[in-house]
Amino acid sequence: MPIEILMPALSPTMEKGNLAKWLKKEGDKVAPGDVIAEIETDKATMEVEAIDEGTLAKILVPEGTADVPVNQLIAVLAADGEDVGAVASGGGAAKAAPAVEAPKAEAPKAEAPKAEPTPAAPAAPAPASPAAAPAPAANGARVFASPLARRLARDKGVDLSGVKGSGPHGRIVAADIAAATPGAAKPATAAAPAASAPAAAPKPAPAPAPAPSASAVLEQAKAYYDAGTYTEVPLDAMRRVIAQRMTEARQTVPTFYLTVDCDVDALLKLREELNRSAPERDGKPAYKLSVNDFVIKAYALAFQAVPDANMVWGGDRYLKLKHSDIGVAVAIDGGKGLLTPIIRKAETKTLSAISNETRDLALRARNKKLAPNEYQGGSSAISNLGMFGMKDFTAIINPPHATILAVGASEQRAVVKGGQLAVATQMTVTLSCDHRVLDGALGAQLLSAFKSIVEKPMSMLV
Amino acid sequence: MADTSYDVLIIGSGPGGYVAAIRAAQLGLKVGVVERQYMGGICPNWGCIPAKALLRSAEIFHYIEHARDYGLVAEKFGVDIAGVVKRSRGIAAQMSNGVGFLLKKNKVDVIWGQATITAPGKVSVTAPVEPGPKGALPPGEYSAKSIIVATGARPRVLPGIEPDKKLIWTYFEALAPANVPKSLLIMGSGAIGVEFASFYKAMGSDVTIVELLPQILPVEDEEIAGLARKRFEKQGIRILTGAKVAKVTKGADNVTATVETADGKSQSITADRLIAAVGVVGNIENLGLEALGVKTDRGCVVVDGLCRTNVPGIYAIGDVAGPPMLAHKAEHEGVICIEGIAGLHAHPMDKLKIPGCTYCMPQVASVGLTEKRAREAGYDIKVGRFPFIGNGKAVALGEADGLVKTIFDAKTGQLLGAHLIGAEVTELIQGFVLAMNLETTEEDLINAVFPHPTVSETMHESVLAAYGRAIHM
Repeated sequence: MPIEILMPALSPTMEKGNLAKWLKKEGDKVAPGDVIAEIETDKATMEVEAIDEGTLAKILVPEGTADVPVNQLIAVLAADGEDVGAVASGGGAAKAAPAVEAPKAEAPKAEAPKAEPTPAAPAAPAPASPAAAPAPAANGARVFASPLARRLARDKGVDLSGVKGSGPHGRIVAADIAAATPGAAKPATAAAPAASAPAAAPKPAPAPAPAPSASAVLEQAKAYYDAGTYTEVPLDAMRRVIAQRMTEARQTVPTFYLTVDCDVDALLKLREELNRSAPERDGKPAYKLSVNDFVIKAYALAFQAVPDANMVWGGDRYLKLKHSDIGVAVAIDGGKGLLTPIIRKAETKTLSAISNETRDLALRARNKKLAPNEYQGGSSAISNLGMFGMKDFTAIINPPHATILAVGASEQRAVVKGGQLAVATQMTVTLSCDHRVLDGALGAQLLSAFKSIVEKPMSMLV
Repeated sequence: MADTSYDVLIIGSGPGGYVAAIRAAQLGLKVGVVERQYMGGICPNWGCIPAKALLRSAEIFHYIEHARDYGLVAEKFGVDIAGVVKRSRGIAAQMSNGVGFLLKKNKVDVIWGQATITAPGKVSVTAPVEPGPKGALPPGEYSAKSIIVATGARPRVLPGIEPDKKLIWTYFEALAPANVPKSLLIMGSGAIGVEFASFYKAMGSDVTIVELLPQILPVEDEEIAGLARKRFEKQGIRILTGAKVAKVTKGADNVTATVETADGKSQSITADRLIAAVGVVGNIENLGLEALGVKTDRGCVVVDGLCRTNVPGIYAIGDVAGPPMLAHKAEHEGVICIEGIAGLHAHPMDKLKIPGCTYCMPQVASVGLTEKRAREAGYDIKVGRFPFIGNGKAVALGEADGLVKTIFDAKTGQLLGAHLIGAEVTELIQGFVLAMNLETTEEDLINAVFPHPTVSETMHESVLAAYGRAIHM
């Protein structure tokens, strides 16, 4: 039997990816564990390992192809003893019409090579009854799922196209649905219509109804500018996800903002002392704390002080988190997007541990080498534009988070203290809050706790 | 001197061990199997296979006895027990040789002798119980990166009722009798007990079964076990449930058992022979497991889903790794274990989806939850029943006595269990096993086309019945 290699889902939310690079050529021997290709997603570049042994008979998706749907056939392996040529030509057939694959496998050497895929009767894949129709993914590709998984998904309101299958060849099985969050994968296809739909009628591709099509938007935009005065830059996968998620957040999350100034003279002094006394390791200081490291720690401690604020949105409930898992927004150089790696259990970590971990995560984020579990989930996030001199700004919440903290620059300001004009170093922070989860008073408590910790920074050392 | 270091050494050549060895060889691992007595283990030599051969003789005899029912005349027929046993032993030898052939074909080394794990990665092999086949490697010191304990199980022995091979038998003696005992007492009504009951009843013995639990075939669905009991009793097998053999006294050529029943009464039963079929216990002794700190529990090695023990590099599969003690479970674990060792993406087995088959007359087969256990697990269930009498093929076969029972989760349509009794149901059950493993719902089973005329149509009808849609009822 030829072995099919499918586009893997590298994270639960992955729908498509770019085939960045083939590391094996047609005709190469492949052993289990060999890296055969690199896949680029919106967030990271990941390696695809071979599970089976054989010879790479045919590459069906060339290097550099963008937006390859998960589970699409990307290559075919010939098992030991199989005729590579026959499998290679059979592979193309399998792609076009899976129905012709079986007989070919039985007699791989039987004049297969010249066999053009019999263009299986016009409507071959069309199922007789709509009930049996496989639910298509958003991108139209077939989603492989067990009948029980389909029914459980329908009852629970889970969109199968966003579920990663753990069964053979990525097939979605019942256990995957049990682990999935209703509607989380694709808010656009909300639970409601799915729940009432009789059997699994093919769902139309979820298009946000009122939004005009991308091409219409493009034509309209182009109309305003003379040709030759611009270049067109297509969206890459990450930019597209940012666009989609931020639009969704702005449109669906009722946000209010709270702003406070924090005195940071004590913090800056402490930072300097700590950095000066850093022990040397391999001729370099063991740590070099940044203001942001203090901000992360203070924010983590603030959530522990106000545990009711450590919640994320769960549709018909909140998820109240135990630990302060703090996301740190990292810009990818050259305006290529941003990632939010997460410092887990930040309340339990020392400043130096946070500092080193942040540096490592940020570096790998810039190189797109983060694993999905390093940037998914978390309590809240911090967006710090202080290094660019921004005084004050607001950030957009990244759902399911209920908050995000926008941090401005530390700068000397004229302030009034005890009726006197004085000079103080201050940092302005703005907390964006999801009003579905937090009310104003709770948000204020969280931000006050943060301010108080920042202004008494010794508390971060104990 | 051959190279004595292996990637994998497997102790025991039973269904777990030899399948693991072949899978390892397929993956290019250097693999050896240590066996002390029976090539292929108990299953082909003294278990499943010779028992099925005996039962086939019993079945054919039964048909001849009922030739008139089919309009045929058979005169002057009888049992030649020596011939029956000879056929069974021949088949056992053929299967055992087949295992040897398969190992050779896959270039698996066979080491003949008794193995002890002396240290992680080290196996010391001493003299065997019986001389080994040609080409087997001799006792000595061997080493391996991974060691798999696949030593199987042996009959459980109750104090005071120790098997003596003469009057008190285990399956070894029961599989190769010199004569058919006139009367037979069988302790235990699990698969082994009832299969021997069926065989010896057909051969002409007066059979009594004593079962400690309130139900015969204790792991089976209550309703199916009840039907089996009725059929056995109709055949003339005497059955005592909730009854305990308290004491056994041996006579010159018979045994007398004192049997205490649940109501506190006691009776004595005298029979020519007694078969102890009260389960099996894992072969965990003399392997060096204790010294290595390998965790065991109630006579079995404790393993995780990938058959790993608590000691790195030491694995256990099959009967010795715990229930259900079935050859097909051992085979599957052998594959999982090797694939885990080879770093493939092995998936732990879902033990709830392991089918069980009992070759008594009528046969019993099942997979998944019984009705009782499904209710206990809190499921709201739909139960479908379809009797063989409504099936044309079964009636034409003269096998109209049987039932297919299916159990569905009312909420999701998940097939939770299937329980069958009747002719050839051990060959039917796999349809439901596939259905469960592929996670089909009632809808897919209802939509599938079952061939006519076959007994398998009863499976379809049972599913239909669960949803109030059976046609032939």
